[in-house]
Amino acid sequence: MQIQVKNLNHIYSEGMPYESVSLKDVSFEIEKGEFVGVIGHTGSGKSTLIQHLNGLLKPKSGSILIDGIDITSGEVKMSDIRRRIGLVFQYPEYQLFEETIYKDVAFGPLNLGLTQEETDRRVKTAIKLVGLDYEEIDRRSPFELSGGQKRRVAIAGVIAMEPEILILDEPTAGLDPKSHADILQMIQIIHSARNTTIIIVSHNMDDIARLTNKILVLDKGKLAMAGTPAEVFSQADYLESLGLGLPLSAYLMNELRKRRIPVSEGILNIDEAEEELYSILKTY
Amino acid sequence: MIRDITLGQYYPGDSWFHRLDARIKIIWTFIYIVSLFLIRDFWGYITVLITLGLIIGISKVPLSFILKGLKPIFFIIIFTFVINMFMTKGTSLIEIGFLTITKEGIRNAFFMGTRLVLLIIGSSLLTLITKPIQLTDGIEKLLSPLQKFGLPSHELAMMMTIALRFIPTLMEETDKIMKAQMARGADFESGNIMRRAKSLIPLLVPLFISAFRIAQDLAMAMEARCYRGGSHRTRMHGMKMKKRDAAAILLMILYVTLIITQAQGILSFLMMSLIQSA
Repeated sequence: MQIQVKNLNHIYSEGMPYESVSLKDVSFEIEKGEFVGVIGHTGSGKSTLIQHLNGLLKPKSGSILIDGIDITSGEVKMSDIRRRIGLVFQYPEYQLFEETIYKDVAFGPLNLGLTQEETDRRVKTAIKLVGLDYEEIDRRSPFELSGGQKRRVAIAGVIAMEPEILILDEPTAGLDPKSHADILQMIQIIHSARNTTIIIVSHNMDDIARLTNKILVLDKGKLAMAGTPAEVFSQADYLESLGLGLPLSAYLMNELRKRRIPVSEGILNIDEAEEELYSILKTY
Repeated sequence: MIRDITLGQYYPGDSWFHRLDARIKIIWTFIYIVSLFLIRDFWGYITVLITLGLIIGISKVPLSFILKGLKPIFFIIIFTFVINMFMTKGTSLIEIGFLTITKEGIRNAFFMGTRLVLLIIGSSLLTLITKPIQLTDGIEKLLSPLQKFGLPSHELAMMMTIALRFIPTLMEETDKIMKAQMARGADFESGNIMRRAKSLIPLLVPLFISAFRIAQDLAMAMEARCYRGGSHRTRMHGMKMKKRDAAAILLMILYVTLIITQAQGILSFLMMSLIQSA
């Protein structure tokens, strides 16, 4: 078990008039190398949850074990946690600050106290991994880039720390379709190349269904459901009552089923849907 | 950390003081601040304390919430206290090396410290029980007579509205960027002053960029809604004096009289008659 969250509770602005419970008794486990999706309505506690996973927020009660070590206890060094768990925030391009792209990406590795050579290597690998040309852009200012490119540089800044667990909060929000696809592909590459555990927050059910092998559904700070995409997306009515939905392919399959066309269960992405429709058409 | 600053925050409520005309609250606060520097004795402070206590009690703002606002200036208060204690000349009580504590010093330190605390509590109380929008409307109305002399009262009020409106936004932004940089291993808390100042660069650069972006978006949105400044602008909620405002003016006059007539005279008289009747 790489991540083990037990009875996590969190309250925002405790003791203030605006006090609100943001996490209530959340428990789940994540194995090494899993690709986990976190979905939930706006304000359901997704961002709060992931900030707990690398120690940026402290829980009111409950524990978070990373490889058996409780990161909520005061004895753990925060720098050790952040070395192992990378967190890419929403709109990460707004944290760029250095004069050159090289320096910005090197910020994380240097904070980890790595040597110059190791930092060099990591910056180069990270920039290449996010699909940018290192030789061309390393001396340029990050502020000259386009929105999609800035986002990549910002993600590279976290990847360069080579975390064992990479958490991304809506990494494709506000991007054009091409950048959207590129970023997701990049995340898949990181996942398979380094066996990095990935936790991704997204509102795009198609992405979640296609990429992940486990889904956590949050609702009003509580863990409403957890399971494989097939398990979670089989509860269409429940998901819709939480203000969520299904992948488009799943909707298509449901409609076909209503029209008495015998499509099989658990079809969640375009490729599977295509295959299924093809095989059904053949029987006619 | 940054969230602890209560100065400028609004505490939602529907009390008598919440509903009072903002102009009266502003004037009263102004008078209150001046009065703090007029009072010289124990009874004056009692008058101020009773007034504050009444306002806090009626407006139902929790005391803990108000006291939290004192935390950021705790050191200034301590500093004032210590300086006053050692630097006032008079009959000495204790001598430690070249430092002397005088009777007058202790008295001064105590009064100055209390005065600072009361100053902060009083002025934060104004924003705690007044909606920011009413506050700036009130300021605009109060300043409008000066328009004849070329004072752009509407523009000033609008600037204040915008500034107040964006305090929470910028704080949220700061919080977000800080967390993002901490996730990249930034350390804002340790090291000497030089190191700490340097560690703020990854926070300040993105914050400034955000602030400019927000400002630009806001200007665009205002222009899109045909904002043209103060002239010919009407209000959805006009400011009209009501009965309770008249009552508040009377209370204000009572307060001023109490302070000016050197409260001790009246209060000690009241106390004496109470003791005698008991």
